[in-house]
Amino acid sequence: MDVIDQEHDELETAFQAKVEAEQRIEPKDWMPEKYRQTLIRQMSQHAHSEIVGMLPEGNWLTRAPSLKRKTILMAKIQDEGGHGLYLYSATETLGISRDEMFEQLHSGKAKYSSIFNYPTLNWADIGAIGWLVDGAAITNQIALCRCSYGPYARAMIRICKEESFHQRQGYDIMMTMAQGTKEQREMAQDALNRWWWPTLMMFGPNDANSANSAQSMKWRIKRQSNDDLRQKFVDATVPQAEFLGLTIPDDKLAWNDVRGHYDFGEIDWEEFKAVVKGNGLCNRERLQARVDAHDGGKWVRDAALAYAAKKADRKAKAA
Amino acid sequence: MTDKDMRFDYLLRLGDNSLILGQRLAEWCGHAPMLEEDLALTNIGLDLLGQARMFLSYAGEVEGKGRDEDRLAYFRDTKDWRNLLLLEQPNGDFAKTMARQFFFDAFQYLQFEGLAKSSDDRLAGIAAKSLKEITYHRRHSADWIIRLGDGTDESHERIQGAIDDLWGYLPEMFDMDAVDDAMLADGFGVDVAALRPVWDDYVNGVLAEATLIRPADSWSVRGSREGKHSEHLGYLLAEMQFLPRAYPDAKW
Amino acid sequence: MNIETKSELPLYEVFIRSKNGLDHKHVGSLHASDAEMALTNARDVYTRRGEGVSIWVVKSTDIVASSPEDRGSFYEPSDDKLYRHPTFFELPDEVGHL
Repeated sequence: MDVIDQEHDELETAFQAKVEAEQRIEPKDWMPEKYRQTLIRQMSQHAHSEIVGMLPEGNWLTRAPSLKRKTILMAKIQDEGGHGLYLYSATETLGISRDEMFEQLHSGKAKYSSIFNYPTLNWADIGAIGWLVDGAAITNQIALCRCSYGPYARAMIRICKEESFHQRQGYDIMMTMAQGTKEQREMAQDALNRWWWPTLMMFGPNDANSANSAQSMKWRIKRQSNDDLRQKFVDATVPQAEFLGLTIPDDKLAWNDVRGHYDFGEIDWEEFKAVVKGNGLCNRERLQARVDAHDGGKWVRDAALAYAAKKADRKAKAA
Repeated sequence: MTDKDMRFDYLLRLGDNSLILGQRLAEWCGHAPMLEEDLALTNIGLDLLGQARMFLSYAGEVEGKGRDEDRLAYFRDTKDWRNLLLLEQPNGDFAKTMARQFFFDAFQYLQFEGLAKSSDDRLAGIAAKSLKEITYHRRHSADWIIRLGDGTDESHERIQGAIDDLWGYLPEMFDMDAVDDAMLADGFGVDVAALRPVWDDYVNGVLAEATLIRPADSWSVRGSREGKHSEHLGYLLAEMQFLPRAYPDAKW
Repeated sequence: MNIETKSELPLYEVFIRSKNGLDHKHVGSLHASDAEMALTNARDVYTRRGEGVSIWVVKSTDIVASSPEDRGSFYEPSDDKLYRHPTFFELPDEVGHL
């Protein structure tokens, strides 16, 4: 073994010891290259999900049925933009620029949560997204507040704090709809039918089929397994659906006394793969909307830069 | 028109301005030229929606027929809307959105400065609170006018074009009709005609800094206060009002 | 004047004083073309819930940072200067609070 390899091994051992001692890794600290790459992939995917996630809800912002709902929804979507920004900002500490991350998103190299490739078809979908999709996201994110990478953990803490109102606003819409007219109850049930299974898919493949999980758990950039988090979400959500008087679309769903958890049916992983591959109802529109915003906004950003350069130039000349 | 009717109409004008512009800004959500600007536009939109709710609630109370903010927002057709024509104009590109915003911010700032001194405490309170928001809106839009005007050739061309396109909608802002006169006389409202020179000074200053040319006053359209609108408003309302109109018995 | 602007807007670090009496604290970063835009963007991005009474923005490239390798030479020398901490000095109880 040559000297460089040995030095690298020592660094890696020290790194792992630090992680296991629950010390945070900060941007300039030594880290294994694969740790950096895995974080960039995970964090940028998370950031992309936040900003693509603005679109399905934005779809109902101009049609929100009361001014109060419109205001709350606008604040919520704005938060998502903010959360995307916090996450891009945290990812940039790993040595990748936001533009590079956008390029990866636009070229299809980087992914975003495929839940956002489903359409929002009625107003109750906005309730279901807040209640289920944000509920699932929060379950994931709380676990990440203790992630080993400092900037990511800090961003997650901030995000979790701000997101606490999101799930409540969603459930509040569902309650109003579930207690409303016959048509509203139908919208609510229809929304639950369409969002339930895609929400469960958000936690990722079953543990047995999750390729990167073990390493990520060792690095503590993933703190709980996909199946554990999914179970936690199901256990928390079933009573909430019962309270609404809505039916979760799973005939295998039943309380298991022995396990102390709900049993539930098998996820249709073929559908999951199909949507990831581009066959969701909205894949193309979502991505195109992001590309259009970015490319279409280039002249605005260029103008701002050009103006800043002129101003700096004038200042230098005046001095 | 009784005094009550006139107050109602006057409050609708204020509320409708804020609501229609807020609704237009909502269309940008998720599509702004940069993420930071998405957050800025939604902040402004949220301020405007907040203003609209306060004015429309107050209008409903003055009217005394049991119409709340939502009844007024969702169940009036084009002829009953009192917003300025400028504000219902489509977003266009970012230059057009910013030009529309800048002209209105500059106007609303002066209008609300006056309204903050209204003899009506509630109106004065809403105006004083909103004035802080508008101060920021105006700073934001003026900054953009200057950046786009004195930025690249392309941005200069786009913002100058947007200004030219919107110029004819501006004179209406400073019109005084019978309602305005009456509201001014009893200390409720403000003299918007008198705001024109101050507005001109401010706008001219920003345009000059932005290396933009103030268009000649060649054309102008008006009519919003009698419910005469451009065709764009109908589509905006159709989208905004769809749910409560389709399910009138529902509570949301 | 046309400037080749392939590069993205520069990165700024944002520091916020949450209330008077407290230090400014680093909260994150954002992109802006100049300081004025950085300031207004910071207001829109990082104070949506009234988190601040004062904002600092600094171009990220203007920040000079120590490196982790300096940790030994920068910080450890102060570890043995216990006399800089008040608890180093033992005083008789009769002296009271000092």
